[in-house]
Amino acid sequence: MNVIEKDAAAIEVTTGNDVKNVLIVGVGGQGVIMVSKVLALICQDQGHNVKQSEVHGMAKRGGTVFSHVRFGEKVWSPTIPKGKADILLAMEWAEGLRWLNHLKKKTGTLIADTQHIVPPFACLDRTRGASSGYTTQLPGDILENLHDGYALDATGIATEIGNFRVSNTVLLGTLSAILDFPVEIWRKVISEMVPPATIDLNLKAFDAGRSWVEESRKVGKAPEAKPEKKAKKQAPAPKVDSKPVDKDFELVLTPEWCKGCDICVKVCPERCLILNAEHKVELSKPDACTGCRICEWLCPDFAIDVVKDATKTNQTSASA
Amino acid sequence: MNYQSNADSAKSAGKTGSKNNNRPMTGNEAIARGAWEAGVRVGAAYPGTPSTEIMENLATYPVEDVKAQWSTNEKVACDVAIGASFAGARAMTSMKHVGMNVASDAFMSKTYIGVNAGLVLIVCDDPGIHSSQNEQDSRYYSRLSMMPTLEPSDAQEALDFTKLAFDLSEQFDTPVMVRGTTRLSHTRSAVQVNERNDVPMREFVENPDKNVMIPSNARTGHPRLIKREEALQEFLNSSDLTRLEKGSSKIGVITLSTAYTYVKEVLPEANVLKLGCSYPLPDETIKKFADSVDRLFIVEELEPIIEKEILAMGIKVEGKEFFSRMGEFSPESVRDSFVQAGVLEAEEDAADWDVYAPPRPPVLCAGCPHISSYMSLRGLDARVAGDIGCYTLAAVKPLSSIDTCVAMGSSIGNAIGMAKAGGQVRPIVATIGDSTMLHSGIPPLIDAVYNNVNITVVLLDNHITAMTGGQNHAATGKNLAGEETHRVDFAALFEAIGVQWVKQVDSYDLGAMLQTFREATEFKGVSVVISDRPCVLDPVKIRGETMMVRSENCTACQSCMNLGCPAIGWSDEWYDGHHKVEINAEACIGCSMCAQVCSTNSIVSVPK
Ligand SMILES: Cc1ncc(C[n+]2csc(CCOP(=O)(O)OP(=O)(O)O)c2C)c(N)n1
Ligand code: SF4
Ligand code: SF4
Repeated sequence: MNVIEKDAAAIEVTTGNDVKNVLIVGVGGQGVIMVSKVLALICQDQGHNVKQSEVHGMAKRGGTVFSHVRFGEKVWSPTIPKGKADILLAMEWAEGLRWLNHLKKKTGTLIADTQHIVPPFACLDRTRGASSGYTTQLPGDILENLHDGYALDATGIATEIGNFRVSNTVLLGTLSAILDFPVEIWRKVISEMVPPATIDLNLKAFDAGRSWVEESRKVGKAPEAKPEKKAKKQAPAPKVDSKPVDKDFELVLTPEWCKGCDICVKVCPERCLILNAEHKVELSKPDACTGCRICEWLCPDFAIDVVKDATKTNQTSASA
Repeated sequence: MNYQSNADSAKSAGKTGSKNNNRPMTGNEAIARGAWEAGVRVGAAYPGTPSTEIMENLATYPVEDVKAQWSTNEKVACDVAIGASFAGARAMTSMKHVGMNVASDAFMSKTYIGVNAGLVLIVCDDPGIHSSQNEQDSRYYSRLSMMPTLEPSDAQEALDFTKLAFDLSEQFDTPVMVRGTTRLSHTRSAVQVNERNDVPMREFVENPDKNVMIPSNARTGHPRLIKREEALQEFLNSSDLTRLEKGSSKIGVITLSTAYTYVKEVLPEANVLKLGCSYPLPDETIKKFADSVDRLFIVEELEPIIEKEILAMGIKVEGKEFFSRMGEFSPESVRDSFVQAGVLEAEEDAADWDVYAPPRPPVLCAGCPHISSYMSLRGLDARVAGDIGCYTLAAVKPLSSIDTCVAMGSSIGNAIGMAKAGGQVRPIVATIGDSTMLHSGIPPLIDAVYNNVNITVVLLDNHITAMTGGQNHAATGKNLAGEETHRVDFAALFEAIGVQWVKQVDSYDLGAMLQTFREATEFKGVSVVISDRPCVLDPVKIRGETMMVRSENCTACQSCMNLGCPAIGWSDEWYDGHHKVEINAEACIGCSMCAQVCSTNSIVSVPK
């Protein structure tokens, strides 16, 4: 058996106080792992003990992806405890919010791409007037309460440079301006990591992200990248009471006209229609019906009507 | 910037003879490296997160050194490794925790037999259930099979322990298990690498008394097993695998695996007895350690396995009273447990941010060929016995069309049972992926034909093992190295089994799909529909003509949203109180399924 004796002084060194924590988050397919690998390689090159930890089982299916990078004299835990990240690098706005509580409250720095990737799950509410379930919190609300924060339209910058996919390299540029490593090593590692044909593009993206921070420092405060543009999916819903309203429509079935083709049964997104024993359409789950009208559109025999009751809401078509 | 896979980076890491010996490696890369350095000659596995990259990495080493292969399932892979060991080659197999259930029949007897050349089983548990169907603790198998089990805590140990496992295997004449966790597999840290020790092949040993498990031989094998446990224990009591780290406090913590790193993080002043081997336990060392401290804790992830054994030695130890039996540990959870135990003071927490982020679970890809099968099954109002693969994601909204999912290959057997039980008015359908069909779907399909049940089986043939990142299998026509090989012909296979009704249909043709499914479910007996289209991600990214929504025609009926295609989302425009839709041109692969369901013909190809 190995016995390691330590005096109190030696133990001090290993308490993790000198360890820097960078949490990198985003959506599957954005290159979170790639960004964290670049950072980990740089840290190691600079003589640090490094751990980089990710869980990427579902990374390719559009789910949340995150990667912990920790470096210092001696790193124990591969993961960053909540409230202990020095830097939170978010490649998508809502992902930044999701992990915000991992950031050190008093001294943490947020770097976030302001682009919105609205998950399909945020677009499932079929009730009238429902708005998307994406977050409504904007960079301005968050940055002003942060010790240090940078919100930039990295995807927009990358698109201008030539390919939206290098937004991750733009963010690496931003990160490079905040971490104290020589700029050459960033450029070197990036050049080694990317496909050779894209080195120039990536270095350009890197420079753009880096100079964005320098510019913003000159101005004195981080300029906020036009959230209006990127927040376009946040267009306000037509004025409808946000509490579940009484149903303002009724599904009117005319069984005499129904010939039992079952098209409506198949297409109903909420599965609330059935064919009864007489092979006539029947509303089996009235509460589930959202009045989406797809059965009405598709019934070849006009046996279904979604009748709006105008007395319950004065909402009219908001179509542009 | 492009995502570079682990296997890619291992290709460079795997180059032999480099002078820089300190490299960042994931636990999985380090395990493969350790096996290669130990002179492994044969490796076989079936993919499974988080273990998949182990065999992918082993395959990046020179084929003259090691033959690495995908097998059809974990049992076969385990048997391949066992066979290689019989033949005198150091061999290994790797699997995820549930893979152990499949392989167990083989290694449960192999531990009786022992080994010729070193034999190592790598098992990756998934505390926290990041991507699995359960949270089982494989260390119960160590006890059940009496197989020594090493538990590395970081990538360096992953390499060292894997190497050591081969030596122990030969020294103690037993297969050896190396047990990791998702966190170990997917954490990258610096690893000191070495050259390969090209351990020579051994002769085949003709010894039927030892190698042939008939009852009389097994009866002599069992006492051997018990003796071996004692010998191992004696070895462990003086081995470097157990490490005492003296601290300044009176608290003693026994810990291992990744949990060790959390203990070191939050309780640096404690006395730590770090175990390298969790079965058998170094009993004498543990007793001595227990005597030297005032209060003794055991910090182990998942089940209180070591805790119970220490308690059985008559030693007072505290564990699961404070440290959860469920989920993955983290420095904060370990800290909280020590706070609860009165060892640490609660840290003052600043108030949390009041922020909202929408849930973002994984979803099927834009244009995933599995979508249409589940759309059709919804149309038929079928009772669907599901299976494991990407398509399991059809269980959630909006497709919501899978009723059950148990384990790999269960769908067909489950469907047979539903049919035999009777009383079902809906058509009974089993849906199963191509890789899963080969893994464990054939015997139940034979069972279905043999017992003449009335079920429909949908083979979701996307020509790859997609869920685990796109691995080849016996019906892709390629092997692990990417070389051409024989391709299983599913239709011919089903016919040979005796299935009377088999039809192949293009997954992207929604009308044909529904029609075929209807015919199949109307057939009395076993019918098989082969839904045929390659996965859009692997082996090649598929991209066709992008589709777009003519917004002026869209009536916001949302029927395209029913597909669950992530390329389709709400636009800013509204119609009659509902969002119109738009298609993200970067994400759309042009499968045209949305255009097929659009009730107003508003979805068209982007004009050139
Ligand atoms: C016993 C077992 N081994 C391995 C796995 C890991 N695993 C989950 S899904 C899957 C492959 C599924 O492939 P396929 O059936 O072709 O479906 P696809 O993902 O391609 O849609 C694997 C290997 C598992 N869950 N259980
Ligand atoms: S990886 Fe392939 S099989 Fe899996 S969801 Fe995507 S397209 Fe479908
Ligand atoms: S064609 Fe439609 S369903 Fe297919 S990928 Fe594009 S948006 Fe999705």
